[in-house]
Amino acid sequence: MTLFLEQVLNGLQLGVMLFLMAAGLTLIFGIMGIINLAHGSIYMIGAYAGTYVAMETGVYYAGIPAALAAAALTGSAMEFLVVRRLYKRDHLDQVLATFALILISNQAITLLFGRQPLFIGMPEALNSSVELLPGLFYSSYRLAIIAMGLLVALGLYLVINRTRIGMLVRAGSTNRDMVRALGVDIRLLYTIVFGLGALLAGLAGFMAGPILAVQVGMGEQILITTFVVVVIGGVGSIRGAFFASLIIGVFDTMLRAYLPGLLRQVMAGSEADALGAGLSSMGIYLLMALVLLIRPKGLFPAHS
Amino acid sequence: MTQSSSKFLISVCVMVALVALPFFADMLGQPALTSLATRVLIYGIAAASLNFVLGFGGMVSFGHAAFFGVGGYVVGILYQHYASGEPLFGFLPGTNQLLVTLPAAVLISGAVAAVIGALSLRTSGVQFIMITLAFAQMLFFFFVSLKAYGGDDGLIIRRANEVPGLNMRDKQTIYYVCLVAAIVFFALLSKLVNSRFGYVIAGLRQSEQRMAAIGLSAYRYKLVAFVISGMGAGLAGALMANFMRFASPDMLHWTKSGELMVMVILGGVGTVFGPLIGAGTFIVLESLLASWTENWQLGLGLILLFVVLYTQGGVQALLERVFGRRS
Repeated sequence: MTLFLEQVLNGLQLGVMLFLMAAGLTLIFGIMGIINLAHGSIYMIGAYAGTYVAMETGVYYAGIPAALAAAALTGSAMEFLVVRRLYKRDHLDQVLATFALILISNQAITLLFGRQPLFIGMPEALNSSVELLPGLFYSSYRLAIIAMGLLVALGLYLVINRTRIGMLVRAGSTNRDMVRALGVDIRLLYTIVFGLGALLAGLAGFMAGPILAVQVGMGEQILITTFVVVVIGGVGSIRGAFFASLIIGVFDTMLRAYLPGLLRQVMAGSEADALGAGLSSMGIYLLMALVLLIRPKGLFPAHS
Repeated sequence: MTQSSSKFLISVCVMVALVALPFFADMLGQPALTSLATRVLIYGIAAASLNFVLGFGGMVSFGHAAFFGVGGYVVGILYQHYASGEPLFGFLPGTNQLLVTLPAAVLISGAVAAVIGALSLRTSGVQFIMITLAFAQMLFFFFVSLKAYGGDDGLIIRRANEVPGLNMRDKQTIYYVCLVAAIVFFALLSKLVNSRFGYVIAGLRQSEQRMAAIGLSAYRYKLVAFVISGMGAGLAGALMANFMRFASPDMLHWTKSGELMVMVILGGVGTVFGPLIGAGTFIVLESLLASWTENWQLGLGLILLFVVLYTQGGVQALLERVFGRRS
């Protein structure tokens, strides 16, 4: 039972990471109409910048502003130099231009940091485990990630539902042209949305550092999973992104944890492990296919 | 000279050049040129297949590497069963005959495309892009976990498939086989584009509502186009597996889908032969940059960015603009 709860928590932790990515991606698409493949590159750059600074200074928390600053800088450079020219283009041009951005950032990071992944330990204060229930110990760092993710989700909810900027964002995702016609500086709004998405991605990248290796290609790995989240949640919907992230996070973790064991009861051990690993990495895509069959627009369609 | 006769003249010249290419390569002492040209032909087939849905049909598929890889794996898996003598699934004998493996690869990648297309085409626009990418990624993981066929490491095909009367161990023969496949493929493709079906597909790109008003089922037409396109990519994959004598999950990697799209846009979207030019440009560019610096992806990224942002219609349009030819 404690093992099961631990896996649920692991799933939640993966889920909130995915949410940090998916929220930005879905907003950028919902409001700006841009499909941004380079979102994963911002995640990677945030991870590298934060981890590098944290390693050099020896202070883990110094990495947070560094990651956010690097992500914001990269994000605004991308928006100003490339994305701004893509608003009026079709999706094909957007895909290819942001694909080019991935190639460029991956190579630039390789030039700067080499091919060796960076490893960083967890911060001192969080490098322990907490006894949540009698017998259930859980890493406090992962708990902190979950808390951080939920905080960000709450913050986003408040910003989007309670502030003027949020009102414009909501209006923008419902009817872009109407917002423009009412005299709102849509360009500024786009920059804010893109910047916000970049900040969240940078934060996610840095927090992932101590759990995963910080390496070139880490961005694309999470990007494709994030796409699945966005599709399942409904493109453009933050609420959908939130629930879909948690569903995908828990579902993926559970499959990886339990499927090989279940298969081992019906077949030989090594075969079961191989098949289990394969099936569990395919699981979220099968789930996506299932959702599409039932609700082609996702669970929480934005423009219903 | 009229437009059509000049076009005919150009295609005759290209044809002669393609047939003579291996001789020139040998004469110049650059046999690697033949291999380069083989890869251009194969990727040209794959990119042109993608372009059929992407350029003509307006369906931006980001998962065509999946069909390319499935085609390759069909050749690899059939060869492995031929070599081991064990029948596939207990009743299908393996084979090393190209005339069997190519159609099998085409059919199976078509079937895979039918399943993926049937699901993906329920959506459109940006969701379609993400979903095709996700399904391709799923197949990538499938082949990675397929330990019986090499898993992560891929599947080595010790000898290229045989064709009665041909020595397929010779790289030049493989080049000519690919050339014949490419000629047949492009002939069929240009017939298809100029057929009623092709016009419907192009019409669907312009306006689905208009086509629906005429009384055509958009979904069905798009699905058939998607399946045809998947078959073409599968053919290319099968040829590639024969040429490289290797099939691996890398063939299905998402960057491969990206590369195919890059070829399409380099050559010019929505033209029959553009993707072939695009494939040639991409592969030559890649090998030039790779021989010059190990950071070739940086250069490729910058060039791609420039092409997307500042040229409309890729290399072909650029050439036409430079030479002042109006189409």
